[in-house]
Amino acid sequence: MKVQLVKIAHARSGDKGDTANVGLIALRDEIYPILVREVTSSRVKEHFKGISKGEVERFELPNLGALNFLLHESLGGGGTLSLMTDAQGKTFSTALLRMEIEVSEQEASTLELA
Amino acid sequence: MKQKIRIAAGQGFWGDLPEAPVRQVEGGPIDYLMLDYLAEVTMSIMQKQRSRDPSAGYAKDFVPLMKQVLPACVERNIRVTANAGGVNVAGCAAAVKDVALELGLHGKLRLGLVTGDDIMPALDELLDRGIELRNMDTGAPLATVRDRIQSANVYLGAAPMLEALNLGARVVITGRATDTGLTLAPLMHEFGWSPNDWNKVAAGTIAGHIIECGAQCSGGNCQFEWRSIPNLADVGFPIIEAAPDGTFVVTKHDRTGGWVTIPSVKEQLLYEMGDPREYITPDCIADFSTVRLEYEGRDRVRVFGIEGRPATDTFKVSISYTAGFKAVGTLVYSWPDAYDKAQAADRILRARLDRLGLKFDQMLTEFVGANATHGPLAGRPREDLPEVQLRVGVRAEDRKAVEQFAKQIAPLVLTGPPGVTGFAGGRPKVEEIVAYWPALIPKTEITPAVSIIEV
Repeated sequence: MKVQLVKIAHARSGDKGDTANVGLIALRDEIYPILVREVTSSRVKEHFKGISKGEVERFELPNLGALNFLLHESLGGGGTLSLMTDAQGKTFSTALLRMEIEVSEQEASTLELA
Repeated sequence: MKQKIRIAAGQGFWGDLPEAPVRQVEGGPIDYLMLDYLAEVTMSIMQKQRSRDPSAGYAKDFVPLMKQVLPACVERNIRVTANAGGVNVAGCAAAVKDVALELGLHGKLRLGLVTGDDIMPALDELLDRGIELRNMDTGAPLATVRDRIQSANVYLGAAPMLEALNLGARVVITGRATDTGLTLAPLMHEFGWSPNDWNKVAAGTIAGHIIECGAQCSGGNCQFEWRSIPNLADVGFPIIEAAPDGTFVVTKHDRTGGWVTIPSVKEQLLYEMGDPREYITPDCIADFSTVRLEYEGRDRVRVFGIEGRPATDTFKVSISYTAGFKAVGTLVYSWPDAYDKAQAADRILRARLDRLGLKFDQMLTEFVGANATHGPLAGRPREDLPEVQLRVGVRAEDRKAVEQFAKQIAPLVLTGPPGVTGFAGGRPKVEEIVAYWPALIPKTEITPAVSIIEV
């Protein structure tokens, strides 16, 4: 079944030049392995198609139950050069939480997602 | 040696909640007040101010703030670390000295000044010697923008601040210095940590990272169960309670709003994060993959396990340069057909700009209320949107082109689609863009300077 990330994770995003970073944090420890399996850098690149022009890098932080994504060429030049409302990428966090991922029925029932 | 040091964050940026530092001093026991004033392009703003007025060029708010809190700081032995000096550390310190004298603190206060971050005077000589200061993002050599540079400052680390504290400074004022150093230096001073004790230096650095954005780790901008966060109107700014072994607790004063929870701390840990195993500062490389968190009570999160590695042999340089002009115009379209009307207005505007032969390096149209933040991810806007804000921005090297664009927004009210308002602010302001150029420089090229002023 499909689950939207906003149901199982929280996030914060920010900027470094023209790169947005999104930290995606599992709401519970048991959810983290599902994020690692489903929220790959290629899926995130596909999700942000039309927003991010560059590559997507992913870093794993099992100690925090979190993934960190770097979305390159995403902020219209970044900093003061950008014309975007969200030149600092602050809302990339919630944009990622829109993503739907696939979980098995068993995972859904163990995690009481249904 | 003290077994516990409390470092309170008072400002997360220049313009943060003005009463926060005062509340940190008055709300309970603290040993240090840490104030971060400098964002990436703040130095260029300060440079501009100083070119108009030689006594300006620092965070002006810092001076009246010191007037408010210095008596309590002296009485209760609280020290202050602040990168408020901007491009005029001496001017800032002189103004602080004046208010300290007004307060009758003569002989009771020592100010520590950290300078040496400004490499603007040495820039040509550095470039001549083959130090290219290539842009860390694009790889371009600095020579390509040499004639447009406004400021060039090295991010100094904890070392010179530590020296100032060791010399007895109660208030340490720096120019461009890292926000993490403002927290790390007090810990090194109090606990006698060696600069090569990488795990402890990394711990102090991560402590600094957690509190450098003020309340952003204590309930502000916290997505986790945001509706449940108590009393943000009275949000408590964060406090680090550090131990000599490099572990620390993130907390806040009792009877303040917000919360310090594992989710709120995790969100801030990930803020503006690159490779979490390589958080590079002048002081060390901190490894965020080693951070462990646990609850120690209400609004108390214990942080431990942090490991670090030796610092690199370069400093980061923050260079600002002028990069053309920009303007952003907005109008608000109301129901019915709000989104369609805003789109029609955008088409009309673009046709008129074309007819005028105007060329821009970049032009961006957004529809606030429909898809300005999440773009295509927001899906098709609802048919019955009550209103949409049309927001159009342009950027160009040619100031005149941007000025002509600015004159084309308000006319849409009488010459475009109906149901439009929100133009009371007048013509969009044309602003010169001061852009950011990050680069690296060998540490051997830089000599931080520390001086003391007795009040």
